[in-house]
Amino acid sequence: MRVSFRRIRTALAKEEFRRAVFVVAFLTPFLVTLIVIYGLPSLLCFLMSLTDMGLNFQFNWLTPPWYNYIKIIQCEDPYIPEVFYTTLLYVGATLLINSPFALVLGIFTTYNIRRENLSAVLRLLWFLPRMTPVVIYGLLWQWFADPYVGPLAKIGQIFGLRDVYWLLDKPYSQILMIVVNGYVGASWGMIIFSSSVKCIPLELFYAAKVDGASDWAVIKNIILPLLKWPMLFVTAWQTLSLLGSYVQILVIWDGHALTSGTEVWSLYSYDMAFRSYEFGYSAALAMVIVVVALGLIALYFKIFGFRRMLEPSRVEV
Amino acid sequence: MSKVSTYREAVVKAKVRSIVGTLIVYGVVCVPLVPLLLMYGWLIVQAFSGRPVEWLLPNQPTLGNWYFLTKPIEFGGTPLFPVSFWRLVLNTLMLALGTAGLVVVIASLAGYAISRFDFKGRDPLLRSVVILHSIPGVLFLIALMYLLNSLGIYGKGLLTMISVIIIKAGIESPMYTWMLKGFFDSVPWELEWAALVDGCSRFKAWRSVVMPLIFPGIAAVSVFAFLSGWEEFILVYTYITDERYFTLSVALDRLIGAFRFINYGVLAAFGLFYLIPAIIFFILTQKYLTTLRIIAYKG
Repeated sequence: MRVSFRRIRTALAKEEFRRAVFVVAFLTPFLVTLIVIYGLPSLLCFLMSLTDMGLNFQFNWLTPPWYNYIKIIQCEDPYIPEVFYTTLLYVGATLLINSPFALVLGIFTTYNIRRENLSAVLRLLWFLPRMTPVVIYGLLWQWFADPYVGPLAKIGQIFGLRDVYWLLDKPYSQILMIVVNGYVGASWGMIIFSSSVKCIPLELFYAAKVDGASDWAVIKNIILPLLKWPMLFVTAWQTLSLLGSYVQILVIWDGHALTSGTEVWSLYSYDMAFRSYEFGYSAALAMVIVVVALGLIALYFKIFGFRRMLEPSRVEV
Repeated sequence: MSKVSTYREAVVKAKVRSIVGTLIVYGVVCVPLVPLLLMYGWLIVQAFSGRPVEWLLPNQPTLGNWYFLTKPIEFGGTPLFPVSFWRLVLNTLMLALGTAGLVVVIASLAGYAISRFDFKGRDPLLRSVVILHSIPGVLFLIALMYLLNSLGIYGKGLLTMISVIIIKAGIESPMYTWMLKGFFDSVPWELEWAALVDGCSRFKAWRSVVMPLIFPGIAAVSVFAFLSGWEEFILVYTYITDERYFTLSVALDRLIGAFRFINYGVLAAFGLFYLIPAIIFFILTQKYLTTLRIIAYKG
């Protein structure tokens, strides 16, 4: 009897071992990627931010080590206030398009436009900017805002805006920056909201209709309260995305971003690294985004709870 | 009588209200689409026009803008790229296929393990996917520049290209792992149990029972990863200095620098060629867009 127990135990241990090997083998590529592509660069970037690394790629430690951060906080770099203001404007204003406007789009294309084919086509069109490679998207806007052949200049003239260079003159360039990125972000929120509206049980709509509610009343009293969580999720996620995004601006305002008021924080960090070759300082600029984003995530975790954060399209009924 | 007239009034009011409501709905959804339609329409019309196009009217229809398919693109008498256009396409394909392949391998292995096994550190691993979103793209570029440089891989042609593929796949894989985990979750446990009871090894159960069942998920992930490799700009722009390994995105960026204001025709034709795979794949997979949870890397 004891022998067979031992046998079972060994068999179980063997099975346990096999299972562990299996899990390790399956997770290894993923974990290696996480460490090499995410972990190591984050650590390196932090260490680089404590140096004045230039093109020689030497770790020359600064005294005090956090000198780069002091330089940022005390605005010893004269561009910092402007870059900060631009980033604030960019994130805040684009968020309005990416979140509340996306909400309107999501509701309208799902609830109000009831012909499924038509609303699918409309959603598809709204998705175009997201699916378009960034360089082509940049080319399209460069043509659209071209002072000689682009339609924007001609439309502007109708409204009395003569000799305006939409890409270079503030505040027009900044409006353009917001709109350009708004188009890319709006579709993402739209899809999340649209699938959330689809999750609402139809009985609720039937009941409201039987009671004589108008479409507006249905949206205000049924849909909006139920979309509270998706709304918070999209806003939270998009804030983080916007803080780190800069490629569209880099492509469209190649080299002119500072003079046209479109130099956002991430782009400034990129320019510092790959145009001025101040890798140490640019690493510090990038770390500032990480700190701000981590702060926001901590706040979101507190508001949402972990589970909710990971279930964006859930609707509670 | 008065009752009838009030009733009529009410009906008219309701009709007006519904018309106004419809106008608002379609106005809000469709009017902002006009600039987009103008832009994409322009891209198509301009690609086949010899002179600058205004308001989508073809101007001197021609196929001349497409000369880059057979001849090198020249600017001021000297070729802009040391390689042919098709080599650029090949480079882009290499980046896209490499990214898709690596992502599918990493995500289908890890997605399964995370979906099926309870192990130490599983929760922090799940949490990390959200926290990773706090790391801005520019941070990778700066830190990996140092790494590539100290490993002697920066500016080395094919070697740099391979590292760009690995970096791209690495950046993308957490969100696709997340996506595939969702697909694995939807496969009932019983199927694997049945396979295990019948004497399958775990690996065989994964390969022959579960993987075929989540084929749509694998297909969607491959297409999305392929497209994001096909569209990649900033990694190639920053790291690849050897022009023989340029991709279409960086080549188009250089073309814009050279031909903007001078010849929009070539730019539009080049752009249209580059855009086509994205649009085709997009239309083929668009039904997934409404059912899948898409985690966005860009804005």
